[in-house]
Amino acid sequence: MNGSTSNAVGIEICAGPFDELPENIGRLLVYENHQIALFRLGDNKIRAIANQCPHKQGPLVDGLVSGDFVFCPLHDWKIHMGNGVVQAPDVGCVHSYPAVVKDGNVFVSLPESL
Amino acid sequence: MKQKLVMIGNGMAGVNTIEQLIKLNPNKYEITIFGAEPYPNYNRILLSSVLAGDVGMKDITINDWDWYENNQIRLLTGQRVIEIDTKKQTVKSNLGAIVHYDEMIIATGSSPFMLPVPGAEREGVIAFRDIKDCETMIQTSKKYKNAVVIGGGLLGLEAARGLLNLNMNVKVVHLHDYLMERQLDEVAGKMLRSELEAQGMEFLMKKQTEQIIGKSRVSAIRFTDGHTVETDLVVMAVGIKPNVELAKEAGIAVNRGIVVDDDMRTNVPNISAVGECAEHRGIAYGLVAPLWEQGAVLSKRLAGIETAPYEGSILSTKLKISGVDVFSVGDFNEKPGTKTIRVHDEWRGIYKKFMLRENQIVGAVLYGDTSDSSKILQLVKLGSQMTEQLHAQLTGVGASPTGSSLDLVKAMNDEEIICGCNGVSKGVICSAIQNNGLTTVGQIKDCTTASRSCGGCKPLVQQLLELTNGDTGSDLVIKEGICGCTDKTRDEIVEAIRTMHLTTIKETIHVLGWKSEGGCPKCRPALNYFLSMVHPEDYEDHRDSRVANERRHANIQKDGTFSVVPRMYGGVTTPQDLRKIADVAEQFNVPLVKVTGGQRLDLLGVKKEDLPKMWEALDMPSGYAYGKSLRTVKTCVGSTFCRFGTQDAMGMGIKMEKRFERLDTPAKVKMAVSGCPRNCAEATIKDFGVVAIDGGWELHVGGNGGLKVRITDVITRVKTEEEVLEWAGAFVQYYREHANWNERTSEWVGRVGLASIQEALATEEQRHVLNARLDVTLSKVKDPWKADLEKRDELEKRYESIKAQLVGEL
Ligand code: SRM
Ligand SMILES: Cc1cc2nc3c(=O)[nH]c(=O)nc-3n(C[C@H](O)[C@H](O)[C@H](O)COP(=O)(O)OP(=O)(O)OC[C@H]3O[C@@H](n4cnc5c(N)ncnc54)[C@H](O)[C@@H]3O)c2cc1C
Ligand code: SF4
Ligand code: FES
Repeated sequence: MNGSTSNAVGIEICAGPFDELPENIGRLLVYENHQIALFRLGDNKIRAIANQCPHKQGPLVDGLVSGDFVFCPLHDWKIHMGNGVVQAPDVGCVHSYPAVVKDGNVFVSLPESL
Repeated sequence: MKQKLVMIGNGMAGVNTIEQLIKLNPNKYEITIFGAEPYPNYNRILLSSVLAGDVGMKDITINDWDWYENNQIRLLTGQRVIEIDTKKQTVKSNLGAIVHYDEMIIATGSSPFMLPVPGAEREGVIAFRDIKDCETMIQTSKKYKNAVVIGGGLLGLEAARGLLNLNMNVKVVHLHDYLMERQLDEVAGKMLRSELEAQGMEFLMKKQTEQIIGKSRVSAIRFTDGHTVETDLVVMAVGIKPNVELAKEAGIAVNRGIVVDDDMRTNVPNISAVGECAEHRGIAYGLVAPLWEQGAVLSKRLAGIETAPYEGSILSTKLKISGVDVFSVGDFNEKPGTKTIRVHDEWRGIYKKFMLRENQIVGAVLYGDTSDSSKILQLVKLGSQMTEQLHAQLTGVGASPTGSSLDLVKAMNDEEIICGCNGVSKGVICSAIQNNGLTTVGQIKDCTTASRSCGGCKPLVQQLLELTNGDTGSDLVIKEGICGCTDKTRDEIVEAIRTMHLTTIKETIHVLGWKSEGGCPKCRPALNYFLSMVHPEDYEDHRDSRVANERRHANIQKDGTFSVVPRMYGGVTTPQDLRKIADVAEQFNVPLVKVTGGQRLDLLGVKKEDLPKMWEALDMPSGYAYGKSLRTVKTCVGSTFCRFGTQDAMGMGIKMEKRFERLDTPAKVKMAVSGCPRNCAEATIKDFGVVAIDGGWELHVGGNGGLKVRITDVITRVKTEEEVLEWAGAFVQYYREHANWNERTSEWVGRVGLASIQEALATEEQRHVLNARLDVTLSKVKDPWKADLEKRDELEKRYESIKAQLVGEL
């Protein structure tokens, strides 16, 4: 990150209250120039991936959620929200970010290299 | 325990067979492959492109090392098998490895034929067969200037073109008096020669090589007529010979190639052969298309799956030299009993010849314009008869070609190979199109490799694209499960929802045993619709099972923005509404305002978070331009102003739009009302069209103006506006209750037949019952923009992004 002098491996950002996320519908999280699609899954799990489909940059945040997968709204590529891997027969990968709920708030970690 | 399968030869035919085999039956065999070359399987065809500089060496790998590892295949590269012991069922390599087999495949390919002339062993005399040869040519071109290619066939000319690209002076020596005599007739052969001369090749025709001269390295070449030519490199491309010695020594029957039957078996038990080393019904092939067909049969047999026998292949040829389009297929030489159709346009440089035997198309040669090549290949394969229409299409005299070529690809079965170079079948391409929503040949190429090599199949791939996308969700859905998640058909699902009283998507997926618990974008919206259709009164819409457009009540655009289309009933507006739209467009900096094809205005390029604010400012109903729902009711001015109008078309249209707006339907529904049979509102290509006639209305159904244009059928004629609404309501409800998901009325009417619908709507009572059920649904609908605005606290969650706060470093 800019101006960082420590040997940190990344940063942690807060996306606010878990309750503000609609279930199984994505919500966009913006931090500086990062666009992250946040998903609250059925069993209070939370997932965070880059909001850009590797196919033609479709906004994954608007995709249809099915279990651990999201389908891109533009051409239906199927992407695993946990590891970002595009499912066969398509290939590719989007960035996935560790995300947790602590005391009712959602936290996402961004690695330094981004 | 797994059986041991050993394959000799790590080339295109063999590995393709293995690839198919493990798809069919991944666990049956423990597989070992011997390959004399030190690489994993690569695409030999593309060596020409490597030489021509179009692709790099690393781009031609078909199966990389990981593929072997991931499929637990033991690959022994750089090892040549030198002995087969058919008694002990073992093979032995030059490095001493001995491996036992239960089944064996010989796929040793062929070797270049080297002319047995004095000096042929000198340095600088090579063939064109593998990566090593390619590397030699590239290296040589850096030090030397002159090259001679012996052989003016396919391979020789591609080598010559590559050497030209490497900046060498290239002479091609050919025995015959025109080029590619095995693939072309004289006219095309000569046209080809002048084109290649224009590209910079020199030709020495009717010359036979006598000797290759030089000290250790070649310096010249002499012909039998005494003529000599200086050169630094000689590439022999005079033919290939199947690699059969190994088999022969093991006592396996060989002729020119290893003899196989229609199941690709040799005469020795448990030993099969495939590819260029095999000879089937007297033919040892030298192109890849037959190898895929052979591999398909062999892999099925080895996987234990019943298969039709291999009965030989029809060959077609294409030259991979840019700027040169030649193609030939089947029997293209005049023989007794054949008829010829010839088109020769010297001005355009186009030549086409078709051969008929008793009116059956048996072969063709094309030069200059090969756009019909894939179609012709199919015609010859299918043994088609020449017809007036085909004749017109093929010779380019009159008639539009599209219709019947689609019929042709439609007639092909799923296993048929479309891309001969990469062995991609029709079935693979079609399912790739469907599953990934592919819309261009380029995407299909990336996804399936079809058309990646010579590009000859592009027209066919294009047709498959039209065929598949043209059929969106219609007949495909009928026969099979509604999507990959289930085998259940639409009717089975709706029946189950009714009889088992299923009330939610989750329950339905669970009870009917979906393969994937969460469903997919095909079945989830479908189930949401079926459930609401069956239980209109108490089903609660499942918003996250709707596709993005319907979830956001706006059309998502390619850049992630949205569009806003308010209702403009019947295409009629007011200055106030126009002013309001203009104000909103300015207030929100809308990048583009457009009049749609549906007679209303579209505000395009809107940011998601602005959507609710714009709806609020507009304070107009949603036009549902995004929904499987009633879109527009187009009207003409009708009797209100038009001198021909017989009825109030605008008034009728507005009533219809107000009655049916917001209704969920299996696919979008479009309507139109024209004030007279001049039909300015184009009612005869709408789902429900109304055309005024003197003293009444003519009602039309099942039209479509989109992908597959369909003209409506007239369902009845009525007198009053009330009757129009009654019929329209009954038709729409009957469609809602019976059509497949995503099936437009045009497909549905075509599928079930007009008569069955007329029967269901025949009596007033039937129509009333349908309308009553429709009313139940309509009584529950709500404008989605207003509904969202009412839930203020949800708006932010649904439409706005979150600005994250930095917490700290990790
Ligand atoms: C906006 C509009 C084009 C325009 O600027 O005029 C339009 C835009 C789209 N049409 Fe259309 N169609 C528009 C009128 C038409 C018409 C003409 C008409 O309705 O009179 C047709 C042919 C008539 C017909 O459908 O029978 C038409 C046939 C299609 C089709 C082919 C449907 C078919 O069954 O063959 C599609 C694809 C589909 O639905 O799968 C399509 C799909 C689309 C989509 C929704 C593409 C998509 O799935 O994202 C386009 C959204 C663009 C965007 O980014 O917002 N659009 N589309 C028109 C909106 C009309 C309206 O006011 O609601
Ligand atoms: C430059 C070039 C361009 C071509 N262009 C086209 C084209 O446009 N269209 C077309 O249809 N065809 C084309 N071909 C022909 C096509 O490449 C062949 O038909 C195809 O590769 C044959 O496949 P195969 O598996 O039978 O043989 P190969 O691909 O030759 O594979 C056989 C493999 O077995 C190995 N092998 C042999 N003996 C042994 C042994 N004893 N132990 C271990 N390994 C062994 C060989 O080293 C080789 O790697 C072209 C060929 C060349 C050379
Ligand atoms: S015709 Fe329709 S679907 Fe195609 S680009 Fe135009 S608006 Fe989009
Ligand atoms: S942009 Fe995501 S599937 Fe095309």
